[in-house]
Amino acid sequence: MKAILEAKNIVKYFGVDESKTYALKGVNLTAYYGEVLYIVGPSGSGKTTLLSIISGILRPNEGTVIVKDKDIWKMKDDELADFRLNHIGFVFQDYHLFPKLTTTENVSIPLFLKRQNWDKSLKEAKYYLDVMGLGSKADLPVYKLSGGEQQRVAIARAIVSKPDILIFDEPTASLDGETGRQIISFVKEHLLTQDRTIIIVTHDSRIFEYANRILHMEDGKLKQTTNNHFDTEKNNTSVTQLEAQ
Amino acid sequence: MKGLLKIALKLLANDRGKFFTLILGVTFAVFLMNQMTSMFAGIMRKSTSNVINIGAKMWVMDPSVENDRSSIPLPDYVLDYVRSIKGVAMAVPIYFGSGLVKLPDGTYQGANIIGLDDTTLFGRPPIIKGNLNKIYNSDAFIGIVDSDYRKIGSPGIGSVLSINDHRAVIVALAKPTSGGLFGTPTLYTTYTRATKDLPQTRYSMSYILLNPKSNADIPYIQEQVKKLGYKALTQKEFEKTIENFYKYKTGMGTNIMIMTLISFIVGLSIAGQTFYAFVLENLEKFGALKAIGAKKYELMSMILFQASVTSFIGYGFGIMFSSLIIAFSKARIPNYAAIVTYQNMLIAFLMVVVIAGFSSYIGIRKVLKIEPFDVFRG
Ligand SMILES: Nc1ncnc2c1ncn2[C@@H]1O[C@H](COP(=O)(O)OP(=O)(O)OP(=O)(O)O)[C@@H](O)[C@H]1O
Ligand SMILES: [Mg+2]
Repeated sequence: MKAILEAKNIVKYFGVDESKTYALKGVNLTAYYGEVLYIVGPSGSGKTTLLSIISGILRPNEGTVIVKDKDIWKMKDDELADFRLNHIGFVFQDYHLFPKLTTTENVSIPLFLKRQNWDKSLKEAKYYLDVMGLGSKADLPVYKLSGGEQQRVAIARAIVSKPDILIFDEPTASLDGETGRQIISFVKEHLLTQDRTIIIVTHDSRIFEYANRILHMEDGKLKQTTNNHFDTEKNNTSVTQLEAQ
Repeated sequence: MKGLLKIALKLLANDRGKFFTLILGVTFAVFLMNQMTSMFAGIMRKSTSNVINIGAKMWVMDPSVENDRSSIPLPDYVLDYVRSIKGVAMAVPIYFGSGLVKLPDGTYQGANIIGLDDTTLFGRPPIIKGNLNKIYNSDAFIGIVDSDYRKIGSPGIGSVLSINDHRAVIVALAKPTSGGLFGTPTLYTTYTRATKDLPQTRYSMSYILLNPKSNADIPYIQEQVKKLGYKALTQKEFEKTIENFYKYKTGMGTNIMIMTLISFIVGLSIAGQTFYAFVLENLEKFGALKAIGAKKYELMSMILFQASVTSFIGYGFGIMFSSLIIAFSKARIPNYAAIVTYQNMLIAFLMVVVIAGFSSYIGIRKVLKIEPFDVFRG
């Protein structure tokens, strides 16, 4: 199997001297083309920190992140921005939408950043909103939507530019079980191709079934990997039953 | 990029309160600046009113003259000398003085008395009523109907006044191009009568008015007059000299400059601070944009665009309000001195550009520094 993303020996700490706390203590992670990779672990174990580092948002103190054979943390700021725009679709834990812009405008933002024409962008955004079951809310300002609806807007924004690495931080936390499953299954079905990967941080055991591999994090370290329906050497041979945490 | 700028605009306009405060700040600053500089321009124009009204192409005077009201009388031979300079089409004397007009209630009012060359009446104001030729009648004067004329009771044609205890009859009324700064009424008469009726020093000629044959002759004339120890200024040069006098040798210029500066600083701080608050409030959004993949110059352009839009709207309102107020005041207050000049509008515009630039600068600095990760974690 070929790796799309490889993080090696990632160390990240915050603060200095006495207040120095390690969020990541030497993490190695590989994501392969065509897989859905889950990262699970208790609160504060460093999941969001790790996602931010591998997606080029937060600079690690040590270690390298190689994406498609390029060391992203050697890039210049603007080059890195371009990398994020073209390769990463990030759903933030707290969405970070623009509350007073309409749902459609929010979803269009990556397209505007890609210099796509206004009307064409809105049209594409609407398509993904329909997919997310939000077609009827397309012209509402985002702050009028419920938490779960906002989460789906954030997902639509992450996938609208069809990036090859989708990174979701707790994408179903505010959704009911059925909607969560529907969305993840849609994403997997329609967006997971042989040249993409999907990395999801979650506590939500209801969606574990969609994972190929699950990485367990604890206290800034990766503890174990569970293969679900995916084998990094061959393909889909070992099936491991997961215990809900 | 258009899409991003549109988003920038929406972010700005969605925050109604801040948007309004921003525009108000700039409007206020532009209003004050334009008011100040217009007032200054108005005062400057009024200070040169005699030179404008008389309209001679060139003026010959003592080299130490700094403004038209403190003339230093010239000996008669200067006139003969000037007339003999090659390139001089005509040269005539003019008398600037002042007299006391006795009012019917027994009080006195000072007035400017201008004596025009008897034969040519060169420098005469445009007559609106009466007959100019009657100026040669005995005791004849021309009344200048400006905002100060009512101070001597707005005498009509045929009215008899007493100036320095001499009889004076108004034979014609004239309208000046520009009103004076000092609030004194003006009367015109002939050179001969003026020098006879009013107190005299050894010499009586205040200035020599001169028209050159062509503009090309001006440098030669100036050179020749200088050789004699006097100076010949063109109308523009004389206006500039007078303006410089009020600007730099009285407190007027400095005071107005300080006021303009203060209004600029007030505008700058209101606009700068509000804009900074706006950026701080939207920091999370700029952080999200950054995380998604906005490049430095895209963020910069968005902020610069937001600052420019508010500044230019504010500029428009500021100029509009101050022009309206000036027009309104002029209609109501006869002596109100303020004119909106293109130069003033340009100055206000440049100051607005500085305000926009400064506001953007502090916003951009903040936005470029943020780490999206920090913003997200609160
Ligand atoms: N900016 C920061 N300054 C100081 N400490 C930080 C900072 N960001 C993260 N940390 C610390 O790093 C550790 C990992 O945080 P992180 O947000 O990655 O955890 P997480 O696994 O995503 O938790 P959760 O499941 O609650 O989202 C925590 O102990 C957190 O307090
Ligand atoms: Mg987290």
